[in-house]
Amino acid sequence: MTNILLILFIISLLYLSIANRLVTYIRVLALQGFILFGVTFLALEEINTLNLVLILLETVVFKAVAVPVFLSRLIKRNHITREAEPYLPNFVSLIITTVIVVVTVLLANSIKDTHVDKIFFIVALSSLFAGLYIIASRKKIITHVMGYLIIENGVFVLSLAVGTEMPMLVNLGVMLDIFASVLILGIFLNKIGDVFKDVNVDQLSNLKDY
Amino acid sequence: MTGLFLTGAYTIGGLLFVNRNKRINSLLLIAYEILLWGFTIFACFNYKHTELDYFAFDSLGILLLITLSIISIPALIHSHLYISRQGEKPQSRSIYFAAMVVLLTSISAAYLANHIAVVWIFAELTTLSASALIYHHRNKLALEGTWKYVFICAISISLVFVGILFLSLSLNQAGDKDLSFANLMAHSQELNPFWLRLAFLFIFTGFTAKIGLVPMYTAGIDAKDKAPGPAAAILSSVLMNMGFVAIFRTYAILAHTSLYHWANTIIFVAAILSIFVATVYMMKVMNIKRMFAYSSIEHMGIVMLGVAAGGIGFYAAILHVILHSFVKSSLFFQYNQVYRVFQDKNIYHSGTTSSITPPGLWFFFLDL
Repeated sequence: MTNILLILFIISLLYLSIANRLVTYIRVLALQGFILFGVTFLALEEINTLNLVLILLETVVFKAVAVPVFLSRLIKRNHITREAEPYLPNFVSLIITTVIVVVTVLLANSIKDTHVDKIFFIVALSSLFAGLYIIASRKKIITHVMGYLIIENGVFVLSLAVGTEMPMLVNLGVMLDIFASVLILGIFLNKIGDVFKDVNVDQLSNLKDY
Repeated sequence: MTGLFLTGAYTIGGLLFVNRNKRINSLLLIAYEILLWGFTIFACFNYKHTELDYFAFDSLGILLLITLSIISIPALIHSHLYISRQGEKPQSRSIYFAAMVVLLTSISAAYLANHIAVVWIFAELTTLSASALIYHHRNKLALEGTWKYVFICAISISLVFVGILFLSLSLNQAGDKDLSFANLMAHSQELNPFWLRLAFLFIFTGFTAKIGLVPMYTAGIDAKDKAPGPAAAILSSVLMNMGFVAIFRTYAILAHTSLYHWANTIIFVAAILSIFVATVYMMKVMNIKRMFAYSSIEHMGIVMLGVAAGGIGFYAAILHVILHSFVKSSLFFQYNQVYRVFQDKNIYHSGTTSSITPPGLWFFFLDL
């Protein structure tokens, strides 16, 4: 069951790479939040109950509901146009994301460690690099934030792989999630959105070496 | 004492944040300085002790802590002058000083932490407080610099976290759970090399945003350009040292394994590329503050070359780190006076410094 959910997670990455509208991105992020909720529930059996409830709450309340709602309000408030505006055509994006997944699978095959479930490793690394790719290939700042949230989700999956032995690391991961998302989204909501309307990265190129 | 220092310092930070009165502000800063120096002297007398399980007073930590305490005095004085000359509003003054105190405290805690996860937590705190300092002027350019800094640091912090997870995977094989540096060193032979390799790559790449080496150095340049002079002095000296400490301690784990030469190669490549990039940009930039920032990157490249060389190179590297902190921070302090006179950052428009402030010029030469 864990495997099915994690494979669904990878499929959501592929879907993101060809998504055209910002609403789709937000929906996929919410879906990923629910998937992580399921994976946490199934993977962390031996952890103590209070801790588990906290982590589950973080996934379902924060990742699956709060952040998507917040993002869609941001888009409405700042009148950001609904296109994602990639620099590359969707077809190329799909191929690049597939290559990322294939390479991580190959890398995972070379591991000789029996302690670790390899699929966690594959999902984590491929979403890390897919997130970086989305950051690099999209024009809007809000899609950069979404790419960062995908990276966060990948990191969270990886922390689940060691979660049974070291629950402290999962808690740290949760802390990172909340801290970084609040900081980034907070700056975005309060400042960037007000100062630069309909934000493209092109507008953030005034600091340079002339 | 560590607990006392941390709670005291963060309380002072909180008080600075809520306080709007100028005199109380100065008194709080003096109190913080006394606390910081008290803690530093305490650390010197308790060499090799461990406090609160997660803080150890080892030689590298103490040396850099002394450096930080010395730099903090001119930094606070210059900040005070800077703020009063600009005639800032009470609100922006309190945010500035609160962020400065939190930044200094988090950096000193990160120096002394003996557990990789604790270093990571304090690195997060430095990102938060540094971003408040960079956004001090609240204009469009400052916002751009802050956004870039926060975004790149957030990514780098996630990368470091992935590295920590890989480190824990590699420790799993040794059948242990304690991620402190001492324990990792003790078990360095039993760690799984595959995971250790990945862990080092990720931790190194992540902390390059703080130390200012090639893959992620870009965040620091814009940040130091837009931050007020005294804050930029902190960012380009003691904050970079924090990245150095984190990378150095992780490197020390690998030094006793079969990956030693591989790690040296990685550091060597990153160091050479940093020196190259910094040299190329320094010839091109006219903005004096950015020039200083690139010069810091070059210095850190030289430091990491020393580390990669090994042997007497460690001694040279740490000496260079400390001297660089003093020199670069004083350059940024002195720069503030130059900017006050010329109101321009371009090196072509600030040519007659000697006729206006001869002592300042001598400071500049001395520093260079």
